[in-house]
Amino acid sequence: MTVIANILIIATISFGTIFILVTAIGLIRLPDAYSRAHAASKSATLGVMSILLGVFFHFWLIEGTFNSRILLGIAFLFITGPVGGHMMGRAAYLSGVKLWDKTVRDDLAEVVKKKRENLK
Amino acid sequence: MAFQILVNLIIAVTWMFLSISFKPTTFIVGYLLGLFMLFFLRKSFSTRFYMEKVWAIIKLVLLFLKELTLSNISVLKLIIKPEMPIRPAIFAMPTVLEKDWEITLLSSLITLTPGTIVIDISDDNKTLYIHSIDFEDIDDAVKSIQDTFEKAILEVSRS
Repeated sequence: MTVIANILIIATISFGTIFILVTAIGLIRLPDAYSRAHAASKSATLGVMSILLGVFFHFWLIEGTFNSRILLGIAFLFITGPVGGHMMGRAAYLSGVKLWDKTVRDDLAEVVKKKRENLK
Repeated sequence: MAFQILVNLIIAVTWMFLSISFKPTTFIVGYLLGLFMLFFLRKSFSTRFYMEKVWAIIKLVLLFLKELTLSNISVLKLIIKPEMPIRPAIFAMPTVLEKDWEITLLSSLITLTPGTIVIDISDDNKTLYIHSIDFEDIDDAVKSIQDTFEKAILEVSRS
């Protein structure tokens, strides 16, 4: 039983650590703010979530205390992670951060331009 | 849905009073009995049986977890590749959803799917502007994924 528990704990924590490492590499390698937001909002969310899950399993299966705060933390991260990514992307776009090597750049540029003209 | 849950809770409490035992197990037995009663009386409510909605929510959560894992693996592959073969783009996607919480949920789901992030939502809540990290090959796939998401959300919000 403890062997299975240990495997579970090690698997979740190392999974999370790998994802956080990849996030860090992605933040350095990706070319512009928007594609960095991809890496930051996805991999960091899942990485921290699975590390927390590993901590939860450790305290539940090895130490024998059921810590419900960790589960709440996972739920809050799950809700706020994507919203954070969205807000960063939106703020960057509206303050005029340039896109990188763009192929198709649909309506949003025109929509924002029209709205700016209406404001004037 | 909320009304049916309330009726079910009242039946459970009534069961506790009938059997003069105020223990959690009695409550659970009463709740299950109430569930049976509501199931047989489901025609008399104007909305559908609420366990169907609960089941739809569970399916949506499982879909969410699956997409989160898949999107992380695809971003991981993208980052590890030595050349950076990405072509980012922003495209508009019309949505049929109307309520605010549905659109919030849809944009959270899209943000967590492979290679897409919601940048902006139009003022009339009809269009989502999505930044895609690799436009060429992902466009159709993303469309189909969002169809499944929209369908799952509609399944939850259907009364």
